[in-house]
Amino acid sequence: MKFLVCISHVPDTTTKITFTPDGKAFNTAGVQFIINPYDEMALTRALELKESLGGTVTVLNVGSAVTEPTLRKALAIGADDAIRINAEPTDALFVAAEIAAIAKNEKYDIIFGGRESIDYNGCQVMTMVAEFLELPSVAIATKLDITGTTATLEREIDGGKEIVSVNLPFVVSAQKDFAEPRIPNMRGIMSARTKPLKVTEPISALKPTTSVAFQTPPPKSECKMISPENPGELIQLLHTEAKII
Amino acid sequence: MPILVYAETWDGKFKKPSFEAMTYAFELAKSTNDTVTAIVIGPATDDELKRAGEYGCTKVLHAGDGKYGSFNPSAFTAVIADCVTSENAKTIIFSQTYSGKSLAPRLAARLKAGLVSGAIALPSTTSPFVVRKKCFSSKGFTDVEVSSDIKIISVFPNAHHIAANNVSANIQAVNPVIAESLFNTKVNEVKKTSGKIALTEAEIVVSGGRGLKGPENWGMVEELADALGAATACSKPVADMGWRPHHEHVGQTGITISPNLYIAIGISGAIQHLAGVSSSKVIVVINADKEAPFFKIADYGIIGDAFQVVPKLTEAVKQLKSSH
Repeated sequence: MKFLVCISHVPDTTTKITFTPDGKAFNTAGVQFIINPYDEMALTRALELKESLGGTVTVLNVGSAVTEPTLRKALAIGADDAIRINAEPTDALFVAAEIAAIAKNEKYDIIFGGRESIDYNGCQVMTMVAEFLELPSVAIATKLDITGTTATLEREIDGGKEIVSVNLPFVVSAQKDFAEPRIPNMRGIMSARTKPLKVTEPISALKPTTSVAFQTPPPKSECKMISPENPGELIQLLHTEAKII
Repeated sequence: MPILVYAETWDGKFKKPSFEAMTYAFELAKSTNDTVTAIVIGPATDDELKRAGEYGCTKVLHAGDGKYGSFNPSAFTAVIADCVTSENAKTIIFSQTYSGKSLAPRLAARLKAGLVSGAIALPSTTSPFVVRKKCFSSKGFTDVEVSSDIKIISVFPNAHHIAANNVSANIQAVNPVIAESLFNTKVNEVKKTSGKIALTEAEIVVSGGRGLKGPENWGMVEELADALGAATACSKPVADMGWRPHHEHVGQTGITISPNLYIAIGISGAIQHLAGVSSSKVIVVINADKEAPFFKIADYGIIGDAFQVVPKLTEAVKQLKSSH
């Protein structure tokens, strides 16, 4: 099996988010970057499937050279090789078109990614890749198993789960439960240094959206404290003051 | 030119986020002097389809053929794309539900359109076309400018209100020719979380954390939720320890919600948890630790023992409901 895992380079989940004073960009000063958590779950499942079925796992990122440590980490976890498309990932359609341009010549059996990146929260790229490549897609999957050339997946839907089957090749985006991420061991970290990391230049795909301004949420007003002796007062306030019950 | 809205159904009935999306489309159409056309795929009765008129849709395109009985992203996208062409629409509205997340990006790729997913407000201007959404898992907002001719917006559930805008809806059956090869995923089974309110759509959510000490203590959380007509949720450690199922986990790596009221019981408020709930309209925090960071973003707080406080809250809710 030939697997491709698309990974994003995102701020660590504990990051306190700030923007540049002009409000035009994310302030990256002092920020620790990680593999997007959902992408890491996708990568882990791809590695598990490779171990049971044989094959290769390639990781891909659209980003500038600063994302290479993130790709190296994916190699340390166990991916065989990496591709970096040398462009800023500012628009989902652009990123998806760039990924599709690489994937269309490679005949991957499954193209994996996370359900969304935790920076722009678009939930767009993987499904767009599927449409560009005219492949089936299963979004927000919590389980994936393969029998022969058919995969069975569980995906989340509002108010429940769906069990879906699909023939290879296809595109999947991972949700929590998909796999338990692995911590790279010393051997993995050492071998990651010498695994191939190929840099390619982008085709010039369309960028139909631009984030023109950023803002942090307005500070909350003071929390109104209610005595634990009289919780009923809270219910009255929610009814008469907040008017939500 | 009409604004199109994809109106999702469940068991043949419109879902609540569909009415939010219809209202959003109607309010946008009013500012640009357009009309709203709804697209419905899958089985639904004419009586149900007519309800789209209550929320401002003057036309409903219904692809009700039996082959659309179960969800299929490629085929559904092709149907929507066909409607975009036949209606000559330039703006398409979705709700950012699980189905919306499977369809809107496909449509965007197909039409080379810019997509703003998880919009929380109407466009601030339509020329240039700028829409606000959350980013960095609710730790920030961004204004996204869409420059393509066709524009797609998916609206974050619970972020836009529902308003009645009574018009008469003209229902039109459509059955475009869709290649058999696009029916490429097969739904074998749908497992419904029975009888419960879907967390992403709930107006009130009652959530528990490690402070509840063990899964056996969730009865009082459920009782409060039942009294309020609320969904239940939990923090990440609670899901990780297996006290509650993962689909209840709200937070940065769980589900992001924005209910009208979020009640957090025994949750300290780690930054990752706040990311998933901070856009709730009103936040109530009940915690024994007065230093819990959650109090900083709460609207109402009770410092106290959940085991004492929560049953009293349930009583007070029942009293309030019985007196109205």
